[in-house]
Amino acid sequence: MENKIIEVKNLSKRFKSLWAVNNLNINVFKGDIFGFLGPNGAGKSTTIRMLLTLIYPTTGSIKIFDKDLLKHRIKILKKVGAIVEKPDLYGYLSAYKNLEILAKISRYDISNKRIMEILDIVGLKERATSKVKTFSSGMKQRLGIAQALIHDPELIILDEPTTGLDPHGMKEIRELILSLRNDFGKTIFLSSHLLFEVEAIANRMIIINKGKTVIEGSVEELLRPKELEVSFTVNDTEKARNIANEVNLQVLSDTNNMNNENSQVIKIKIQKEKIPVLNKKFVENGIDVYSITPSRSLEDYFLSLTDGGAK
Amino acid sequence: MITLVSIELYKIFRKWRTYISFITLAVLSIIIQLVMYFQGQNFLDTVTRGLQQNFVISGNFLNGYLIAYFILNMITIHIPFLITLVAGDLLAGEATGGTYRLILSRPVSRLKFILSKFIAGIIYTNLLILFLALVSLGLGILIFGTGELIVLRDIIIIFPTNDILWRFFIAYGFAALSMSVVTTLAFLFSSFVENAIGPIVATMAVIIVFLIISSIDLDFFNQIKPFMFTYYMLSWMDIFDDPINLTSIIQSGIILLGHIIIFLTITILSFERKDILS
Repeated sequence: MENKIIEVKNLSKRFKSLWAVNNLNINVFKGDIFGFLGPNGAGKSTTIRMLLTLIYPTTGSIKIFDKDLLKHRIKILKKVGAIVEKPDLYGYLSAYKNLEILAKISRYDISNKRIMEILDIVGLKERATSKVKTFSSGMKQRLGIAQALIHDPELIILDEPTTGLDPHGMKEIRELILSLRNDFGKTIFLSSHLLFEVEAIANRMIIINKGKTVIEGSVEELLRPKELEVSFTVNDTEKARNIANEVNLQVLSDTNNMNNENSQVIKIKIQKEKIPVLNKKFVENGIDVYSITPSRSLEDYFLSLTDGGAK
Repeated sequence: MITLVSIELYKIFRKWRTYISFITLAVLSIIIQLVMYFQGQNFLDTVTRGLQQNFVISGNFLNGYLIAYFILNMITIHIPFLITLVAGDLLAGEATGGTYRLILSRPVSRLKFILSKFIAGIIYTNLLILFLALVSLGLGILIFGTGELIVLRDIIIIFPTNDILWRFFIAYGFAALSMSVVTTLAFLFSSFVENAIGPIVATMAVIIVFLIISSIDLDFFNQIKPFMFTYYMLSWMDIFDDPINLTSIIQSGIILLGHIIIFLTITILSFERKDILS
């Protein structure tokens, strides 16, 4: 039986007349990297703030480590590390002092060595004594991750941790998150509005929009289905349709290619491993294949689920 | 709790704005003492002119005690403005800086967090009054020496040298209590908003309005004066009375303490249920 780390039931939050979160249910299991996806304004940050008791729910319940969050707040938060939105730290203090203060506030007995270790992990060891106000956004983000990890928490809640980072920095953070789960057995709750980010590292995910659950499941099932909808750009769709039918593949549509009158597009539902086989058959039967494209990219999938809310 | 308070004090004293109050008090005190050094005798002659017509006045009246009393009279009414610079920023500063969410998502109770900030604010206020005592009374005695204190109230009272120092200690203590009310009020306003300017201006506005009303001698205003905490803030002056109306001073002290408790309770209650949105 898998251990439930987070169990959110019928969670709602109302600000005046606006329901920022509406009847949300979430289950995160031990060792998950749980992707919490949604367009901006979907209710992700409100949910995360409720998970950290920064905001009180209007209705619903939150259990973390199988304990009621509001009743066992201190005990639970001792085992949680978090970044909520952009990591604002004390700009007039050094990176080292920020970590030291936050550890002391949390009543963790953290040694100087541990602080330097964690600064080393996030690549800020050389800037330990620099004031945070002199840091770039990327450095602040990394220091934010450091403060979330300083006490070696079991559950790490990260709210858009790659915001403001360059592609190299984003990759580093993703690798760090994967390492935290794979090497240290942490459970990660990762909020993001970037589908590719969640796809790259999460094993389970939920998509929310306008405060409500849109879809929930494993990343494999939701984003890498066994059957894909693939568009083949060919010179003869009639012939291609017949071949597809011969091998019992479902043809979804065929249309003229607007960019080239000599080529047409045929969309076929097909398993990933069968794509090269079908392509070979087309070529063997004298069909010219100009391109093979999954007709619904992950981004399209996400946008369609969230009603284009991310645009 | 001690750790939390020490962290809050560390944060307060790592900010430049904290020192504005200390520098201002030091500069004002030094200027007043310089002026008194050169023109103090003229001032004293003007004050005691009536007395000199009937009595022969001898002794060192221009002394450290007179300087300290003069500065206390002038400054206590203006210190609230300096105090709000820090007290108004105590909670709102965390909201502005976005550090509320950093702290309150950690295993620390909101009650302890807010109490530690409040205690740090009160310590800052008391240190400021202690500093005022040092730069006015301490420096005054160092430059001008000691002597009898001449106080102009409804009558002119002259206190002998050995009957003064304890009065100052109580007066500074009372000033600290009065200023703690200001700190608590600014702290209360600071808990409602996400920008430090608001609580600073709001506290100043309350004090200015109360002081103006207190200074108008009309029946209506006289009736509402006892409901304004500023009315009791100047009770330290009663310590330089002879005989001292101890009941009135204690009553004022209790009322000021009551204000602190009420303001702090409201702050705690509202903050405990506050959604952190900054």
